[in-house]
Amino acid sequence: MPKKFVLIATVFLLCMGVVIAPALADSYKVGAVFSVTGRASFLGDPEKKTAVMLADEINKAGGINGKKLELIVYDDEGDATKTNLAVKKLISQDKVCVVIGPSLSGNSLAVVPLAEQLKTPLISAAASYKIVTDDAGKQRYWVFKVPQSDSMAVEAIYNHMKKKGIKKIAIISGTTGFGKSGQSELVRLAPQYGIEIIANESYGPKDTDMTAQLTKIKGTSPEAIVNWSIGPTQVTVLRNYRDLGMTSIPFYQSHGFGSKKNIELAAGAAEGVYTPLGACATPEALPADHPQKKVAMGYNQSYTAMYNEPVSTFGGHAWDSLSLAVDALKAVGCDRAKIRDYLENKKGFVGQHGVFNFSPNDHNGLVWQDAFNMIVVKNGDWAMAD
Amino acid sequence: MQEFTLTSQLVQYLITGLTIGSIYAMVAIGFNIIYNVTEIINLAQGEFVMLGGLIMVFLHVAAGLPLFLAFFMTVILVVLVGMLLDRLAIRPIRQPSVLTLIIATIAASIIIKGIAMFIWGKDPFDLPAFSGREPIQLMGAVIQPQYFWVGGFLIVVVVLLTLFFEKTIIGKAMSACADNPDAASLVGINVKHMILLSFCLSAAIGAVAGITVTPIALMEYDRGAMLAVKGFGAVVLGGLGSFPGAILGGLIMGTIESFGAGLVHSGYKDAFALIVLLAVLFFKPSGLLGSIEISKIKKF
Repeated sequence: MPKKFVLIATVFLLCMGVVIAPALADSYKVGAVFSVTGRASFLGDPEKKTAVMLADEINKAGGINGKKLELIVYDDEGDATKTNLAVKKLISQDKVCVVIGPSLSGNSLAVVPLAEQLKTPLISAAASYKIVTDDAGKQRYWVFKVPQSDSMAVEAIYNHMKKKGIKKIAIISGTTGFGKSGQSELVRLAPQYGIEIIANESYGPKDTDMTAQLTKIKGTSPEAIVNWSIGPTQVTVLRNYRDLGMTSIPFYQSHGFGSKKNIELAAGAAEGVYTPLGACATPEALPADHPQKKVAMGYNQSYTAMYNEPVSTFGGHAWDSLSLAVDALKAVGCDRAKIRDYLENKKGFVGQHGVFNFSPNDHNGLVWQDAFNMIVVKNGDWAMAD
Repeated sequence: MQEFTLTSQLVQYLITGLTIGSIYAMVAIGFNIIYNVTEIINLAQGEFVMLGGLIMVFLHVAAGLPLFLAFFMTVILVVLVGMLLDRLAIRPIRQPSVLTLIIATIAASIIIKGIAMFIWGKDPFDLPAFSGREPIQLMGAVIQPQYFWVGGFLIVVVVLLTLFFEKTIIGKAMSACADNPDAASLVGINVKHMILLSFCLSAAIGAVAGITVTPIALMEYDRGAMLAVKGFGAVVLGGLGSFPGAILGGLIMGTIESFGAGLVHSGYKDAFALIVLLAVLFFKPSGLLGSIEISKIKKF
């Protein structure tokens, strides 16, 4: 009996294979690596949800040129080694056409050599410019990224300051990677805009009070304050700033401030705060003729309907990377080299975080004017700043 | 903007430092209660603070209970967690060595943090300040009303604990366990009950710290570890096991951080606190108010 059973089972499985194989060949495979769990899950969780939702929508609408989109998502848990294994598996075993992610800059840098070596296009969802630019300043052949660089947010802020005639500023930033990177960009670009930095303070990611730092800043009487951090500290800073009676000094937040929850938590202290944000964070505030109005509204509506939580800007990066991949597949099919060429020359792609214009010299495809809108908090809501 | 003088800056640094220091001191007292009875460093102490803040937000803001009721229910719930910690993580361990037990508290802190993440998610939560957010002016410096609550609760906790340990039989029994558990059990004190009680007390104090700090600094699931580290620094600075030492250590840590950040550079503020800590340990290894004789007979 066991022999017979094994025989039948084998035949059955083989048949299954024959039946399933063509079904699979009729699909385009896209691989995704996000930090769904672990320390960076605030990035990976909305990214995975967005990608899964988008893939569902595309398949319901008939797929790509009649073929199904098969999205394979791996969780790197925020770990560089796991990222490396996942990307290797996606490229060699799953044989995907293109890889999107990873979520973190460090993890993206860890797999850049892999994508180059295995000649597979990779669209990263992490921000560091080093992901697409090698040490010699050239763009990496197979690698693209969709998030704005920190320098673009700095440029958006400095241009707004220039318009307002602000020349002396104070910086306060968190000691996380995000805070440090923003801080160094602020310092690097200040001379180009004729801006003088008269105080440069920092605080830890879990600190409970920044009154001391702000008191020092208050003593230097700056014309504006820029804060660069993520998490609850960017709210605590605002509250301390209000309590110290400093609200007459204009306050700029980084693009990490783009969640309405932060306005709520600041309990009124966020009123009048400026922040450069991508379109998907503030779809309602955009004017009707804004090029990204439609995609941003659409993404926000379907995401909140499906997951019952507000859109995060990080999810927008997954939207951009997957949509670009799908766009390329639609145009050239599953040919890795052709996808790469197509992406490199893609112009006018309307995404969640800007209108992308890629070129051989720019694998990010964004300039600050397209990537950020200057937003001000007005009556507890986002509004376009003048 | 009116002139912002150095004096008012200094006053501001002092006020801020004392407030943060009061929180560190409360965490430090929690460490000491358990340490005195069991010689365990309870590394889940920060988790009590986090739970205090988050449960209070849940009861007061989400469930709409009045402040007083929510406050007491929060303390009771966190005390229950403290009891569970003793029952499930500490007591079942066979042939406990102090080190094993400390490692068990690390495990417990990770589990508590994980459960809190499942319940409340990763976002920070806010609690309305107990008596409004209108800041009070003092010599050009500003004081949030909540600062008084933090300082006030520290004093209340200290007074109650002093009365408890000096005036009540149970308190004295606990002190006896701290001095010599074997002798204490020989004279009929149930040491296991005393250990349970020490966890309850620590949890209650942690909860109070969490409830009072949340209106200032928000609270989220992974805040506990940092508070535990700072509180532990305060314990070591003041002397392991000494209550006045814990308070002094906490207040000194907070003040140094604040003045360091304000007068020198904020990037090094944690370093200043640690340098002072190292300096004190170098000259007086038992901490400011700790006693060498006691630390010699302790296992840890």
